[in-house]
Amino acid sequence: MVMGSLKQETEVVVIGAGPGGYVAAMRAADLGREVLLVEERERPGGVCLLEGCIPSKALIGAVEIVDAARRARGMGIAFGEAAVDLDALRAFTADVVAKLSGGVAHLLQRRGVELVHGRARFTGPHTLSLEGGGTIEFRRCIIATGSRINLLPPAYEKPVWSSAEALQLPSLPETLLVVGGGYIGMEMGLVYSGLGSRVSLCEFHPRLLMGADTDLVEIMVRDARRRFDEILLESRVVGVEQTGAGFAVEIESAGRTQKQEYAQILVAIGRKPNTEKVGLEAIGLAVDARGHIPVDEAMRTAIPHIQAIGDAAQGPMLAHKATREGKVAAEVIAGHPAAFDNRAIPAVVFTDPEIAWAGLTEREAEAKGIPVKVGRFPLRALGRARAMGRMEGLTKVLSNPETGQIVGVGIVGPHASELIAEATLAIEMGATIEDLAATIHPHPTLSESLMEAAETAAGTGVHLPPAKKA
Amino acid sequence: MFEFKLPDLGEGIHEGEVLKWHVAEGERIAEDAPLVDIETDKAAVTIPAPKAGRVVKLNGKVGDVIMVGQIVAVIAAEGAAVAIAPAAAPAPAPTAAAEPGRAAAPAPGPAGAPAASPVPGAPPAPAPLPAAPPPAVAPARGPVPAAPATRRLARELGVDLRLVAPTGPGGRVTPEDVRRFAQSGAPAAGVEEEAAQAAAAAAAAGGAARAPAGDSATALAAAIPAPHPAEAEFAARAASAIPFLDLEPLPDFAQFGPVEIEPLRSIRRKVARKMVTSMILVPHVAHMDEADVTDLEAFRKAENERRGGRGAKLTLLPFVVKAATAGLKQAASFNASLDPFKEEIVYKKYYNIGIAVDTGRGLIVPVVCCTDCKSITDIARDIEGLAARAREGKLAVEELRGGTFTITNVGPLGGTAPIPTINYPEVAILGMGRVQEKPVVRDGQIVVRRMLPLTLAFDHRVADGADAARFVTEMIRHLADPHLLLLEA
Repeated sequence: MVMGSLKQETEVVVIGAGPGGYVAAMRAADLGREVLLVEERERPGGVCLLEGCIPSKALIGAVEIVDAARRARGMGIAFGEAAVDLDALRAFTADVVAKLSGGVAHLLQRRGVELVHGRARFTGPHTLSLEGGGTIEFRRCIIATGSRINLLPPAYEKPVWSSAEALQLPSLPETLLVVGGGYIGMEMGLVYSGLGSRVSLCEFHPRLLMGADTDLVEIMVRDARRRFDEILLESRVVGVEQTGAGFAVEIESAGRTQKQEYAQILVAIGRKPNTEKVGLEAIGLAVDARGHIPVDEAMRTAIPHIQAIGDAAQGPMLAHKATREGKVAAEVIAGHPAAFDNRAIPAVVFTDPEIAWAGLTEREAEAKGIPVKVGRFPLRALGRARAMGRMEGLTKVLSNPETGQIVGVGIVGPHASELIAEATLAIEMGATIEDLAATIHPHPTLSESLMEAAETAAGTGVHLPPAKKA
Repeated sequence: MFEFKLPDLGEGIHEGEVLKWHVAEGERIAEDAPLVDIETDKAAVTIPAPKAGRVVKLNGKVGDVIMVGQIVAVIAAEGAAVAIAPAAAPAPAPTAAAEPGRAAAPAPGPAGAPAASPVPGAPPAPAPLPAAPPPAVAPARGPVPAAPATRRLARELGVDLRLVAPTGPGGRVTPEDVRRFAQSGAPAAGVEEEAAQAAAAAAAAGGAARAPAGDSATALAAAIPAPHPAEAEFAARAASAIPFLDLEPLPDFAQFGPVEIEPLRSIRRKVARKMVTSMILVPHVAHMDEADVTDLEAFRKAENERRGGRGAKLTLLPFVVKAATAGLKQAASFNASLDPFKEEIVYKKYYNIGIAVDTGRGLIVPVVCCTDCKSITDIARDIEGLAARAREGKLAVEELRGGTFTITNVGPLGGTAPIPTINYPEVAILGMGRVQEKPVVRDGQIVVRRMLPLTLAFDHRVADGADAARFVTEMIRHLADPHLLLLEA
């Protein structure tokens, strides 16, 4: 890593080495561009790799083994009580992150992408200044500054955890209040409950996982209620006081306020884009009401030679969306007719069971008045699910009632995160329910649930009782 | 609920730009009342409402481009419920909500869709080839079903997926569909048979039925821009047949300084296509000379004074039109077209002179027809009317076609010898420079005469330099002597 020298010139500069930025930098380099990648952290990888998706999956993977051991009793195999060695688990997670980040750094280096350490800020349409000295002159720029965690006003200045801190496994609190029932709150809550904490969850909205369809969420919540002490909906934290044993938290619920003690609080109430400190005002680039930079299909901002991708740009804040956008941005710079014209961005929640969806949800279809035909298939009717002892789950396929085109898929169940990839491909390809129904899916696997749901929609399935004649 | 789709506007017009809506959403409109002004590649047309009713939706803002077959407006019949009907109604609801920022996808076109041209006063158009029929099966809403790689191919070839007839299951557009569309602008399967029949019929009809270039564009597909793919990545298209022709994408000029980007649309794009076709296809030769118009100008001035402002003002142009007509009668090869596919020259026995008009929205060439049968006064009046209608964007489609020769007069703006580009498939074009007083030698004396610079650009495949010299000399002879012109009139 090169420290900011006085003045550097480059063809392409990418600000931010997350899953959008480093991919854009590598792709641009592979297309023959001279690329400089600016990153304020010590290592490349961004939130996703360093303090998000990757470490959380390491922890979730560990907790899943505890769960599996517990379930094994029902199959006639008993283990003793799980003993958690926090230091070893922390070391495992840190090693996963270190290896992957090192891998990214190596791949950047092999491509001749120069990684510059520092925080960059626009000073003009073709210049960036680096905090602590140095300027960069560029012809094209990709803004990939990502997003950061929202703070909880009553908890300012208090040693509560954000998801980034919680992932470091500072301790295993006796009781943990998770504020926020989005995917981060749910995942982290399940991790700590799996490791032995007694977890309560507080969500402002009347439902958890606001983006997902209710029928999918309900199945997951049924399980979560068993794991969590309490799930408070339509509730909010109005006061936080530090006490000797932890925190006294005032929670307002249905007009009543109650006070409860928790050893620790984890705040996971969303993220906001890092667009305030990039100097956008110096180049006259505006952001939308939520702080995202508007872009076109070629990821170009209002200033055509400056692109924005990932969480900094508009759209869902997801690593895989940033990655695809990074590729598009780099290819556009190289003059390719690339465009972010994807029709489905899969969303995945690594709860237990997992939830995943792609394309239209039923809620969206209803809100937009788009007619859809829905084919559902419950996991309990699937041989593999029964054999695994995992029958809680559902797969549904939404299609255009006239053409049969698949427009959305929702899955709740084990390995939903893997199964959604096939569904995403089907939507991108413009596949019909008949295509999915006629494709041979290996037996016995969970993937059959997709085929079965499509067959339900097509009226050709046999593994559910026959539909009533209309 | 009636979805009014942009009708076929004839002459290979695929799209139009919205100039003006005559009604607002929610207003009532009478049958045949003006609905929208659309500017096509050729002219502005007012499209009347096909039905009376309440306008539920207007698709597109002023400046938006609407494709033929795409929904222009949704009209609810008087008395009918206006609420977006649920599943009971067969007509799909407006699609705007499905994909913001995108124009509506063409809805499935029923076989008997209103195909009659509602352009006011439009003649029975020569049966238009099914250039871009509404797809046989298309989704009622949302994006056109096509795989990511197909979508990329479409971008590369500048093809609008919404116009491609799909052959895949469930109305999916395949890569082959896109390639076929890009090559021919013609429909894919489904209608292939129909197209083949049309082609066979055209062949049977012989010379009389000359198919438009787009149809027989096999041999020259590489050289002539395909009729439709407008925003095409030219590199992909032209990379093939012409040796040494090396087109690369332009650099991103924004890296050198601020730029403003304007999409190439409408008339500008049409001019671009025609000029490239002409320049690539036609071996241009220019022949220059000067006409002594001293006597003609004196006569013209006197005649205008005598008329005292009644009737059309006599400019120099109608005289040049008449002189050119006289010249063309003697030089048939300049009133002809070369058909490269049939390898024959078509000599036209009629004289329709196109006049290049600068409309403020771009160059348009309306046609003064039958100049051999018209008096100079008639021609002057015709030019005045055509030019005015061209500037207002109100030319009828038939006023833009059938030309046999073109005159472009940049003289009033300046120019000593403008070299124009032939208005293909015509053979020649005459450029007029500025009339200036010049010292010339007459009978051994230097005298001051008013001289009109003329440049004839012509197609060397059809005519030679000697032909051009004879033709221009004949024109000059007429321009020099108003009496000769009178004989022509």
